[in-house]
Amino acid sequence: MKVLAERIKNGIILENPTFVQVIGMCPTLAVTTGAKNGIGMGLATTAVLVGSNVFISLLRKFIPSKIRIPAYVVIIASFVTLIEFLMQGFVPALYKQLGLFIPLIVVNCIILARAEAYASKNNILSSLFDGLGMGLGFTLALTIIGSIREILGAGQLFGFQIMPSSYQPAIIMILAPGAFFTLGILMAILNHFRSKNTKKA
Amino acid sequence: MELFIIFLSAILVNNFVLSRFLGICPFLGVSKKVETALGMGVAVTFVMTLASIISYMVYNWMLVPLKITYLYTIAFILVIAALVQFVEMVIQKTSPTLYQALGVYLPLITTNCAVLGVAVINMNEGYNLIKSVVNGFGAALGFTLAIVLFAGIRERIENNNILNAFKGFPIALITAGLMSIAFLGFQGLL
Repeated sequence: MKVLAERIKNGIILENPTFVQVIGMCPTLAVTTGAKNGIGMGLATTAVLVGSNVFISLLRKFIPSKIRIPAYVVIIASFVTLIEFLMQGFVPALYKQLGLFIPLIVVNCIILARAEAYASKNNILSSLFDGLGMGLGFTLALTIIGSIREILGAGQLFGFQIMPSSYQPAIIMILAPGAFFTLGILMAILNHFRSKNTKKA
Repeated sequence: MELFIIFLSAILVNNFVLSRFLGICPFLGVSKKVETALGMGVAVTFVMTLASIISYMVYNWMLVPLKITYLYTIAFILVIAALVQFVEMVIQKTSPTLYQALGVYLPLITTNCAVLGVAVINMNEGYNLIKSVVNGFGAALGFTLAIVLFAGIRERIENNNILNAFKGFPIALITAGLMSIAFLGFQGLL
């Protein structure tokens, strides 16, 4: 269980894919027009990540290292196809909203990066937890960005009105530029605190 | 006329990077210098145009007749990976100078979501072969335009005095946001 806690903390805080490693930017910016989409995309990616990590870890002794990247890509693409079917069947509304970005989970660098850097070298259980931790870190980041954009851009959170009706929604926040601004400012704030902490230490 | 509209809309109105958010990784990663950005742009243009053609053929001439269209994600990513490898070999043999210039960027293109994105968009929109090519080429030009402009701005930012917290990625994202606002202006064009 120690591994579990350690991998999950690593994924969510120490090596958060979005805020620390800055990978997987395309879905991060594109689907975070609302908190709900952020969670949906995050969980879909988590599912693929856990699946592919376990599978690649399972096969790590059988895949020849020369063709490992194509092999990983095929494994990841199969899981994405699976998730795509599940989402189409069970959450059709979300599936429509995320649209193009579901097949594009294949080329999300987080998944290939974890396969190459972690799952291909570690046992099944730790790879599973690593996928879970990274996926949850990604989901958390997407939800935070989505919430901020939804509150400022539509005055709502998860579809519920939370700002007073006198609040004029800043439409720009749910359009493309808002995604860049939100992430840029969030990262600047994090940088600020990080440099403060290192100074103290 | 319709082809021209597809072309213009792919370059400006639905710019892949700034309004569709495809290909953000290379956009942020290899945009520190104008020259490297241009190299990346050329490589992507090459691969994206070819990928549009081949993915169209694979989808319509192989997956549709066999009734296995649901395997499109796997098929497209394999086509793109093979294509990138092939292009790399051809360039290496025919033009070593170009290979030297593009070398590093070519393998990276496989994971550029703009390439897979254009294949999926062509499929969803039901474009025919010519429209697919025009859309792929236009989208790639749009990518090149955005990344070169962005690199130009970043080169200048390097020499400016900015807040410590904003150095690196944050200021790059804010810059991209401002460029994206500028590109929103093209919305009324078509």
